[in-house]
Amino acid sequence: MHIVVCVKQVPDTKIIKINPKTNTLDRRSAPAILNPYDAHAVQEAVRLKSILGRGKISVLSMGPPQATEVIKKCIEIGADEGYLISDRAFAGADTLATSYALSKALEKIASVDPIDLVICGKHAIDGDTGQVGPGIARRLDIPPVTNVIEVSEVNSNDRTIVIKRKLSNGYELVQANMPCLLTVEKEINKIEYSPLSNMLKAARYKSHIWSVSDLGEVNITQLGLKGSPTVVGKMFTPPKLEGGKMLDGTSDEQVSQLMEVLLEQKELLNVK
Amino acid sequence: MEEYQGVWVFIEQSEGEIAGVSLELLGAGRQLADKLEVPLAGVLLGEKVRELSTQVIGHGADIVYLIDDPVLKYYRTESYMKCVNNLALKYRPEIFLYGATPNGKDLASAVATDLSTGLTADTTMLDVDVEKRLLEASRPAFGGNIMATILCKKNRPQMATVRPKVMKALPFDGVRIGEVVEEMIELSEEDMRTKVLEIVKNVTKAASLADAHVIVCGGKGMGDLEGFELIHELADTIGASVGGTRDVIEAGWLPHELQIGQTGETVTPKIYFAIGLSGAIQHVVGMKNSELIIAINKDPNAPIFEAATYGIVGDAFEVVPKLIEQFKQIRVKQGGEVSYV
Ligand SMILES: Cc1cc2nc3c(=O)[nH]c(=O)nc-3n(C[C@H](O)[C@H](O)[C@H](O)COP(=O)(O)OP(=O)(O)OC[C@H]3O[C@@H](n4cnc5c(N)ncnc54)[C@H](O)[C@@H]3O)c2cc1C
Repeated sequence: MHIVVCVKQVPDTKIIKINPKTNTLDRRSAPAILNPYDAHAVQEAVRLKSILGRGKISVLSMGPPQATEVIKKCIEIGADEGYLISDRAFAGADTLATSYALSKALEKIASVDPIDLVICGKHAIDGDTGQVGPGIARRLDIPPVTNVIEVSEVNSNDRTIVIKRKLSNGYELVQANMPCLLTVEKEINKIEYSPLSNMLKAARYKSHIWSVSDLGEVNITQLGLKGSPTVVGKMFTPPKLEGGKMLDGTSDEQVSQLMEVLLEQKELLNVK
Repeated sequence: MEEYQGVWVFIEQSEGEIAGVSLELLGAGRQLADKLEVPLAGVLLGEKVRELSTQVIGHGADIVYLIDDPVLKYYRTESYMKCVNNLALKYRPEIFLYGATPNGKDLASAVATDLSTGLTADTTMLDVDVEKRLLEASRPAFGGNIMATILCKKNRPQMATVRPKVMKALPFDGVRIGEVVEEMIELSEEDMRTKVLEIVKNVTKAASLADAHVIVCGGKGMGDLEGFELIHELADTIGASVGGTRDVIEAGWLPHELQIGQTGETVTPKIYFAIGLSGAIQHVVGMKNSELIIAINKDPNAPIFEAATYGIVGDAFEVVPKLIEQFKQIRVKQGGEVSYV
């Protein structure tokens, strides 16, 4: 079984800083990390490979040359091969152009070693869109199953997979034919400690790096900024909220004022 | 591009029940359609869902595009996408909105790819530039500290997914009239590569969080797991649901489905207690539309006071026990109960 995991290098949004004058990202303030959802995607591939007892895990990323760092991280988690597509022509891509570029790379990978399963994180934390995974599935014409919280069964013989998929108000059990594409939630697994051998392999690992010309037939107008129908119109700080009434005094006074407010809401609080 | 006209809303339904966000989008879509002076349509797919057309029209639509077929019984990307693509290619809407739910996002992403058009995710503000006929879909960017307005200038339809509970549904109007346009789909079960084996509805607290009338939300200021017990105690006393900030979830004091905010649940209860939480923008977007917001924080400059209807500057460990005591006394005095309706 050949599993390909699509991963992205993202700024750590937990420590991100915005320049208030220009409304742009202060990149120096945010270290680059492997998108946390993608780490779970790789971990799931590792888990499936170990359950099946065989298989190969490739990871694919699009980004600047330094994105090979996150590929190394994936090797550490347990991936076997890593591919980075990196080219000026990809720059400025929105989700439509990104899914196009990645699907072209996946086609190339599949031409050498057919793909059974593509796994992506639910979304990348720097964009939060979750649109690239399903977009790739469309372009490869394979069924997508998004928001996966459990891979319950993999039947290599009849090439089907059974998946628990999160819904707004519960979950559903879906059976899909392989090849298919999954996007995974964080709760699908726990990131395991990597064995030392993985770490050593990762430290030495050299990713395959492809430019546009390596991808075979590509429609350049569908790449990068040119291939992106969406543009950012303007940036603004969210409208400030007004703020309400402060209840002053000692804590006893504050609480009794609050009780008045709460008990006024008779239709809300049912005081019998 | 002029041949693209009208505002569409994807009507998400499960087992004959329309998702709240779809009704909210009919409300928001109505405003956009009125500004552009075009009809508002709902796209309704499913099995035995014809009767739901009345609701779609009653909540603001002029037209319902309906496909009713057994193959559409459950949401599946393959079948729903095919229906929506066909409809959009035939009737050419200029704007197409979906709820930012698992199914809405999944569908919109697939449709945008096939129609080669732009899609903005998780929109929280919608407007339209009437002259240019451009949808202005705004969403939190860079972790939520800033809003970005996304435009799709050259491709149609302009599509967006919109977060639940940020737009307002119109009250149901039983006398509103509209047109139902029924279409067919040529798709059989044999063509399908996915099968829904079972749907399990949530009976846990997460579901009740979205529907709760009263929520007590605690933050990192509760100190530790033991301190957070006070939040549970207040909630138990008044019959409320408990929620937490991301920091609380990350500390493991609550399961992740009880996170409120940008990356958790959006809630709009009648009363929201925000206790020992700072009111970071990513938290506030998930609760600011609650009817009555009561904030308790020991820092007078905490941003949560900007979102609050009433604020108390004080130590939660001093204020909250007194509040609990007050409620308990009402019980004793009146021999009755205090609980949410
Ligand atoms: C991309 C992104 C997404 C995010 N999504 C979410 C989200 O969905 N939900 C969310 O909540 N956060 C989210 N966050 C995190 C958010 O930015 C804040 O870090 C988080 O909300 C802070 O949690 P808190 O208010 O509990 O903790 P803190 O910010 O540490 O606040 C603790 C507060 O408690 C007060 N306090 C301390 N002791 C007491 C006491 N004894 N009595 C009264 N008050 C006391 C302090 O004055 C302080 O204001 C997100 C961040 C990013 C970057």
